Amino acid sequence: MKTPDKYPHVPTAWQDSLPVTSRYTVGLAGERFFRSIKDEGRIMGTYCPECDRTYVPAAIFCERCMSKLDQWVDVGTTGEIHTFTLLYTNYDGTPREDPEAIVLVKFGDGGLIHRLAEVDLEKVSIGMEVEAVFKPAAERQGSILDISHFRPLKE
Amino acid sequence: MGMRKVAVVGAGMTKFVRRAQETAKELCWEAARLALDSSELTMDDIETVCLGTAPDAFDGVHMNGEYLSDGAGAWRKPYMRSYVGGGTGVFVPIQGWYHIASGLFDTCLVVAEEKMSSYYPHAQAAFLTIFDHTTERPLKPNLLWIFALEMNRYMHTYGISKEDIARVAVKNKRNAADHPSALLGDPNITVEDVLNSEVLAWPVNRFDVSPVSDGAVAIILAAEHVAKRITDKPVWIEGVGWNLDTAHWTNRDLAYPRYVEYAARMAYDMAGIREPRKEINIVEPYDPFDYKELHHLEGLLLADRGKAPQLVADGVTNRDGDMPVCPSGGLLGVGNPIAAAGLMKIAELFWQLRGEAGKRQVPGQPKRGLAQAWGDLMQVGTVVIMGR
Amino acid sequence: MTADHQDFPGTPLSEKDFEQGNVLFRHDEMRGQYAWDTGIAIGRYLQALREGVILGAYCRHCRKTVVPPRSVCEWCFRPMHEFVPLQDTGTVNTFSLCYVTWDVKRIQEPEIPAVIEIDGASPLHGIMHKLGEVNPQDVHIGMRVQAAWKEPEERQGAITDILYFKPIEE
Repeated sequence: MKTPDKYPHVPTAWQDSLPVTSRYTVGLAGERFFRSIKDEGRIMGTYCPECDRTYVPAAIFCERCMSKLDQWVDVGTTGEIHTFTLLYTNYDGTPREDPEAIVLVKFGDGGLIHRLAEVDLEKVSIGMEVEAVFKPAAERQGSILDISHFRPLKE
Repeated sequence: MGMRKVAVVGAGMTKFVRRAQETAKELCWEAARLALDSSELTMDDIETVCLGTAPDAFDGVHMNGEYLSDGAGAWRKPYMRSYVGGGTGVFVPIQGWYHIASGLFDTCLVVAEEKMSSYYPHAQAAFLTIFDHTTERPLKPNLLWIFALEMNRYMHTYGISKEDIARVAVKNKRNAADHPSALLGDPNITVEDVLNSEVLAWPVNRFDVSPVSDGAVAIILAAEHVAKRITDKPVWIEGVGWNLDTAHWTNRDLAYPRYVEYAARMAYDMAGIREPRKEINIVEPYDPFDYKELHHLEGLLLADRGKAPQLVADGVTNRDGDMPVCPSGGLLGVGNPIAAAGLMKIAELFWQLRGEAGKRQVPGQPKRGLAQAWGDLMQVGTVVIMGR
Repeated sequence: MTADHQDFPGTPLSEKDFEQGNVLFRHDEMRGQYAWDTGIAIGRYLQALREGVILGAYCRHCRKTVVPPRSVCEWCFRPMHEFVPLQDTGTVNTFSLCYVTWDVKRIQEPEIPAVIEIDGASPLHGIMHKLGEVNPQDVHIGMRVQAAWKEPEERQGAITDILYFKPIEE
């Protein structure tokens, strides 16, 4: 292809960013789920009698049979570690000296992803019983971070 | 052609609102739930799910199709998500149609959802991404530009006035006063109201545009032998068409949507329609802006080029006219959640052709309807023809 | 169905619901930073802009000249045969007077986006840009305009090396 030769070099990539800022409502189920955490320090699930499943975090519908769910269940604040990982990098990719433990804690037929702390990382294991540690009531805002972390249940 | 007959057997939708409390998943479920209830089906009866929703950037969610899959009932089912801009609402039922027409499945749940209010503070800013990143975005363009530019060219080419165009907004918003889910229905709005509304990007005024909204719509498709078991009033999909024009929108004729014509021809051929103006009883073209209804009527070959405004002025396109256009109230009246808006038109035709549209019912027992949507960078035309 | 069904689901909220804390919500921000390769065709287009030239591309088979240039002809899908320097003058194909910015702020003086058919390209082939040094009320379709360039040392190889298009003095 013939091209004019005399045009000087300009950068070969155009740089810009995508301006995406969002404001998410927590939804109908989320409203009650997060207010229970905030105001009562309780973790709630919803139960589907058709499928015999308890959804945690709570949902207003069953994804399997699409029924409306209105049976709310207190699933307690302790659960088993279903799986975990140790993070050696930060969110922005920079390395961490002390790894952070992230766990999926089983509640009902679902569970919550969160941080695990107050623990000897060598001893973390699948099946370990852990409990939620809530922030003081005055600091809670209706967010998953109202739980500050999970820690092993004291023997 | 070796394709099986497919019918719409159920439909449901949420209200179209400015900002919904429901999450996007919950909106999907609400619409899907109503569609299932309307046809007395359960998820066990549904073999596959197709979902349409706007690009992930709008929701700030990666793989939005998968994210919404639980609300769409897609758990452990074959599932696909499509997106062709505003054309999605009429494309996703086409996608569902070929799942069944091909013989691969007998039933399909089709869902279209949009939660535009998550984009904060205003979803319009998200549309910056529609423009080419290197040659256009540095000019800080605005979504309104492309519509205003197209509207101006259309008006100039055919000598159409803003008043001619404003009549469409009046018709649709008045029609929408009879739609229970409508956001913008107004039984008393006048042409003066439209012309006096704030100028956003001349020649576009505020009431010429349908603002962003949240909402979801769902329909159920079934193969012939199944459809006949579910209902005694199946509405058949008789023709489908889709077509795409160049993304280099500054290199084409903005006064005429050729891609809509090609999509329409594909659908007319399939449906065996020779004289669309006589054979189509109800038209639901895409109307995010009032001039688009006219532009599209011409592209659909239902009006000569530049002559669609005359049909509106003569009352031909009113609900009780010879060719009712947007009896639902369209996007201008009901609202504009991008992907869901087109499917709302399909649901409207479903109800109209069964005589179930309540106060919006077009008289005379309409037999055939056409729904059309349009999207991307003014590129895509999608058309579905439905009949009893 | 709608004859019977009046109560469609959906819970509308107002801004007050957020301000007053009636509903829980959270803010978030996507970090999308990009470096888009300009490629062969647009790369040359940007280089030419730095030199004060608007570049097009020519397909011998279809006998048409497009702008901005591209590597493949969309009509026949063959490689474009050559890049062609075009004029920096053109005709306004369409325009708008926009009183709202991309992020929905009102402005007093309108921006004037336009599609300008560039002289030397095939009919109806042009680029989007803005008009300037013109009274908004005087803008009309068919108006003849020319590019107003940044000073050579300020150009970077971007579409903004053209500040805007302005009416050609008769």
